[in-house]
Amino acid sequence: MPTLSIDGIEVTVEAGQTVLQACEAAGVEVPRFCYHDRLEIAGNCRMCLVEMEGGPPKPIASCAMPAGDNMVIKTNTPAVKKAREGVMEFLLINHPLDCPICDQGGECDLQDQSMAYGKDHSRYTEVKRAVKDKNLGPLVKTTMTRCIHCTRCVRFITDVAGVEELGAVFRGEHTEIGTYVEAALTSELQGNLIDLCPVGALTSKPYAFTARPWELRHTETIDVHDAVGSNVRVDTRGRQVMRVLPLLNEDINEEWISDKTRFACDGLAKRRLDAVYVKQEGKLQQSDWDTGFDAIRDRLDGVDGSKIAAIAGDLACAESMTALKDLMTALGSANIDCRQDGAKIGTGARGGYLFNTTIAGIENADFCLLVGTDPRHEASILNARLRKRYLQGGFTIYSVGAELDATFPVTELGAGSDVLADIIAGRHDVCSQMVKSTRGMIIVGQSALARADGAQVLAGLKAIAEKTDMVTSDWNGFNVLHNAAARVAGLDLGLVPGEGGMDVAGMQAAGAKGDLDVVFLLGADEIDTNAFGDAFVVYIGSHGDNGAHHADVILPAAAYTEKPGTYVNTEGRVQRAERATFPPGDGREDWTILRALSERLGQTLSYDSLPELRARMVEIAPQLAAIDEIAASDWGDFGTAGDLSSDDLALADTDYYLSNPVCRASDTMAECSDLKLNTAEGATGTHG
Amino acid sequence: MSDQKEAFVFNDEMEAKAQNYLARYPKDRSASAVMPFLDLAQRQNGGWLSQAGMDYVADRLGLAPIRVYEVATFYSMYKLKPIGKVHVQVCTTTPCWLRGSDDVVGACKDVLGIGMGETTEDGKFSLAEVECLGACVNAPLIQVGDDYYEDLDATSAKALLEAFKRGDEVKPGPQVDRQTSAPVGGAKTLTHVEQG
Repeated sequence: MPTLSIDGIEVTVEAGQTVLQACEAAGVEVPRFCYHDRLEIAGNCRMCLVEMEGGPPKPIASCAMPAGDNMVIKTNTPAVKKAREGVMEFLLINHPLDCPICDQGGECDLQDQSMAYGKDHSRYTEVKRAVKDKNLGPLVKTTMTRCIHCTRCVRFITDVAGVEELGAVFRGEHTEIGTYVEAALTSELQGNLIDLCPVGALTSKPYAFTARPWELRHTETIDVHDAVGSNVRVDTRGRQVMRVLPLLNEDINEEWISDKTRFACDGLAKRRLDAVYVKQEGKLQQSDWDTGFDAIRDRLDGVDGSKIAAIAGDLACAESMTALKDLMTALGSANIDCRQDGAKIGTGARGGYLFNTTIAGIENADFCLLVGTDPRHEASILNARLRKRYLQGGFTIYSVGAELDATFPVTELGAGSDVLADIIAGRHDVCSQMVKSTRGMIIVGQSALARADGAQVLAGLKAIAEKTDMVTSDWNGFNVLHNAAARVAGLDLGLVPGEGGMDVAGMQAAGAKGDLDVVFLLGADEIDTNAFGDAFVVYIGSHGDNGAHHADVILPAAAYTEKPGTYVNTEGRVQRAERATFPPGDGREDWTILRALSERLGQTLSYDSLPELRARMVEIAPQLAAIDEIAASDWGDFGTAGDLSSDDLALADTDYYLSNPVCRASDTMAECSDLKLNTAEGATGTHG
Repeated sequence: MSDQKEAFVFNDEMEAKAQNYLARYPKDRSASAVMPFLDLAQRQNGGWLSQAGMDYVADRLGLAPIRVYEVATFYSMYKLKPIGKVHVQVCTTTPCWLRGSDDVVGACKDVLGIGMGETTEDGKFSLAEVECLGACVNAPLIQVGDDYYEDLDATSAKALLEAFKRGDEVKPGPQVDRQTSAPVGGAKTLTHVEQG
């Protein structure tokens, strides 16, 4: 642990840290462009020059110099000031003075540091170089003349995203950042390049020229596009969500977010349900709340609870699911489910449906077995953590199931169910590795659990995890990876069929036979709504998507940016989302709709305010009380012992870019999806 | 950057050389062979690197294609566009310039009828100006292929290129009466051995 002096301040840092990190520890600001604490050190911008006493007779690049014991570093001498001014002058030689038309303006490192550390004028009168813009696809816009070659983007896409597609080609004065052969980036983390770029070379294409940073109102909230629960900042202007940016959370998303999280926000303004609709004479007619509620009351009149069912969708918050469950209980129905994909989980111990290792815990693992999951597309941020762990070395990854396009080397064991059966029985070769590992992990995906034998898969994996000591007092290597932000909260609240109740498949079968009278869909769009036959469908949701198409009554609700809500991520971490804006038109928060409806049905729910509702929620699931924490979960029985079916382990056929109603309403996501499909089919860049 | 899309594979001769290069590096460090591999690909492809060639090298060495493009674009000796069969590279760095490389350049332009960085219409000759070739003691000089033609002036440069045009064999090395970099016209010192 070296102790050094920074501008006279004594500071002790961990061995291996750099002088720049020591300066930060001492509270001394050092300007930088290329250095980023989550990327490899490049040392090529030279902005972080400081003086070292007794060192070489020239300034040193503090980002690349390891902190040593008894170093005396000075950052406030005339020499350092001159060095910074010199570097800044060189950086600006080829940088265009187009700040007024640059999207980075107002939040630009170059702008800020030029103000703070640069000279007040330029001595350069020659011609600036110009660089052709690169087409990197529908998400990242380039203005390459502005590039200062810090190579943050190259290092991010190579190391963190794990797809080597960007590089610095040509050299010297002619250096250009790009793909060389024109091609769209294929990473689902590429949006982070926009945040990383310290200048306006890489900016957001969908957001281009729409707003200035100082016009935006910031709301810190939680993302719901996957079950990771990334922390985000939603920027709004008026009531429109203009963009979504990541917030730092070391335990979850570090400082990255996936492209879906970032770019699907234009879907919040499209295809919105902004009025009550009631089906009259076979057609949905715009209506009002009273008429809508009356229609539901009339239809429910005299209907037995066993013929009523409810399904909660993938984006539902815990509050609205609490209200839905209470309403169904009041109506005497046990037919409730939050597992649209039919995953056979949620009955039994809580540890049986959580990502018990935790996302940050992945960094301590030494072995990983993926079962029927594609983390890159199901949870891109979690996948980035797996890759981070892989880069540290000593981490082997195996996969059972369909072949993966992973960002780290994976040993594919095959998709046959006999492979999985062998592993569960401890017969497979990989089992010796599982025994050898001290901190092994199994990650099982929804595709494996949504099979008819999902409960058997679950029980089998539990058994082998225990047998190979993956579950000990200080380590739990058994992990269920969810795709839906609502799922864990739904399971915590018990949104699974009660005694004698039907699950989603049961409801659909009953609907087809005419044994189901009324179905409530709380933002449930990932199911075949045709299957309910002649049942009366009440759709409560934000978008005119699958669920609304066959509805008899549509009640417009709030999207995730428009309501305060509680979400539990795949780890079981409870987080609060905040309201960034308001729902359009007649839209209301989901729980208030259910509360108002309950009163009309003569089954008034017992809460009139959000705090009261939350108290009720915690009464059902006490673990939801600890915000931002993972409640210690029990490890007991779950799953059902038994033989596996002989079907191959396939991955659910979901388009990453179109996995929920918000994405499906987003033009940006549609463009990404098109591009991906066409690239897969070998179409040329001239397509479309 | 080319439109050439056809597959590229080392021929037997290049493959043998490639194996030789691979053997020089540890198995998990085969990426180190990227530069000699690119050179082989360029030689096989008539003096320039096609994208197919670069992609092939990337594939052979387990590298992402962009990593190979970075190397290929960085070094001026990898050619990314088709060049003439006879690639005439004239050194114009200071020692050559002092010794009259301007005349040599002029002669080249005259004989070939093209400027720097250009290729003759028949695709036979390309002309390029290069930095120090490290043979200043024999300045000025021209590099053609792997060979140096040294101690040139306008006349000898013209003669040299005419010979190439005709397809004649020209002996590489000094184009004056000189053995490598020994004095012109034979030894000037130590001309006799004193007995005793």
